Amino acid sequence: MELTDIAIKSIYAIVVVSVLMGFCSYAVLAERKISSWIQGRVGPNRTTLPIIGSIPYVGRFLTRLGVFQPAADGLKFLFKEDVTPAHVNKLYFTLAPVLSLVPALTTVVVVPFGYFENAAGEVVNLVLADLNVAILFLFAISSLGVYGVVLAGWASNSKYPFLGGIRASAQMISYELAMGISVLPVFMWLNAPGTDGTLSLVDVVNAQGGALWNAMWMPGSFLIFVVCIFAETNRLPFDMAESETELVSGFHTEYSSFKFGLFFVGEYAHMLVGSAVVAVLFLGGWHPLPFMTWADFGVHGWLAGVLSVGTMIGKLCGFMFFFMWIRWTLPRFRYDQVMRIGWQMLLPLSIANLIVYTFVIYFLERP
Amino acid sequence: MAIVVKRKPLTFLEKLYIPEIVRGLTVTFRRMFFGETVTLEYPEQRPPIPAGYRGVPTLVRDPEGREKCVSCQLCEFVCPPKAIRITPGEIPEDSDYAHVEKAPKEFDIDMLRCIYCGMCQEVCPEEAIWLQNQYSMSGYTRAEMVNNKAKLYELGGTLPDDHFKWNKKKEAAKNGGGHGHAMPPADMPRSENPEVPPVFPK
Repeated sequence: MELTDIAIKSIYAIVVVSVLMGFCSYAVLAERKISSWIQGRVGPNRTTLPIIGSIPYVGRFLTRLGVFQPAADGLKFLFKEDVTPAHVNKLYFTLAPVLSLVPALTTVVVVPFGYFENAAGEVVNLVLADLNVAILFLFAISSLGVYGVVLAGWASNSKYPFLGGIRASAQMISYELAMGISVLPVFMWLNAPGTDGTLSLVDVVNAQGGALWNAMWMPGSFLIFVVCIFAETNRLPFDMAESETELVSGFHTEYSSFKFGLFFVGEYAHMLVGSAVVAVLFLGGWHPLPFMTWADFGVHGWLAGVLSVGTMIGKLCGFMFFFMWIRWTLPRFRYDQVMRIGWQMLLPLSIANLIVYTFVIYFLERP
Repeated sequence: MAIVVKRKPLTFLEKLYIPEIVRGLTVTFRRMFFGETVTLEYPEQRPPIPAGYRGVPTLVRDPEGREKCVSCQLCEFVCPPKAIRITPGEIPEDSDYAHVEKAPKEFDIDMLRCIYCGMCQEVCPEEAIWLQNQYSMSGYTRAEMVNNKAKLYELGGTLPDDHFKWNKKKEAAKNGGGHGHAMPPADMPRSENPEVPPVFPK
């Protein structure tokens, strides 16, 4: 690989990661605003900037919306006192937040977010690395995220974080099985006999172009996958590792300041990647409507790039909203209920779903 | 008698979770976009203070601008957390109201100790100390949180009652007696029994 190629790839990577970070900070704002609206409150509405905030009407509107709040939140995380308790294992204690953020940022490598047509009319996919084993890579790396949580619980050397870490690991193992099995029908449909086998996410999106989206004719898979994504990202109603009421915030009880901020950003990065994966696998990726692609609307060239990325981001934001909406609607499951749902309901359901769709796909492809 | 709450067995649809979750989601969705905001945006909007509210204790003046407190120190004695400290003093000689009553030289209420119980207001025979509407006290030092006499009168303001006790007292003092009674004559009949109070002729 040429040096310039490496430089260009690095720049792409930096751009994608910074955009992801920006989305993370505004996801936090969205979370706060949505929770406040659901609870009949106002939410962050005071933070303002000197010049933009003083524009009549616009500045006031933006301030009331809390648009400048993420900057204040970020600064707070940077400048708060960083307390490292005396009873912790310093190395692992510092390593844990990094370990929970890095996998979340790594998985974004294989997530495609659009395409454009270059001057020669070729379709160029916008993805950092179009791996042929993208979905395996994604599952492998995103599961590593739990090590950050487990390590944090263990290194904190106190009982509540420890319980949180144990819960997180058990939950992760339980739900990954159902999650892996629930996406199998999607790839069985994709890899019809006689075609080149692929597990690439770009091919999943292309296969949904001009056809039904996967969520529409595989609602079972979609539902199980979404529930598992909630469990994987440690979101309510599955935030067993955190449980602020029983475990006083679980694995990050002992963390403060920037280290806590890393956990926080890691959680939202996980959510964003999870939403993107749901959009890619089940909601037709960057295709605007079922049975329609942007090419069918006569959109080509750079405009297709803008519109496809816009569609993808729209679906992503929609699913993020769904994440938050669920969070502020449902109470947390009890721990034994989480285990029961995972092993006694979702796993058998996903296997049954796999068998049913094996037959469905067999009869669909027969003619 | 114990009340037995009958729990209905869940129907099949309810056992499926999903329809009930959807129902919950519609509820929160309605709250999100059509629900009213109940928050009071505090420093700009203030809650209505109900009558009889026990806020920060203050000292009041009567409509003539005279301080009502006579530094009897009852409030100081009754105060459960010992937040009140009074140094009694005389009304200065050059004042119009000299020789009528006493007045506090210093009057400190330590708001870090005060528990807003209202016993000082209850015990005050002169209706001079009042727990009023003010509920927000803040300061950067402990010394700042001690309300001195000037601060207490500034917070308290004037009590608009028409009971000008001081005028009556001054009047009485001019006529040679306190509390509207004339001095007892020298040949006043005295009770032999100390238990029975002497009877003053009207």
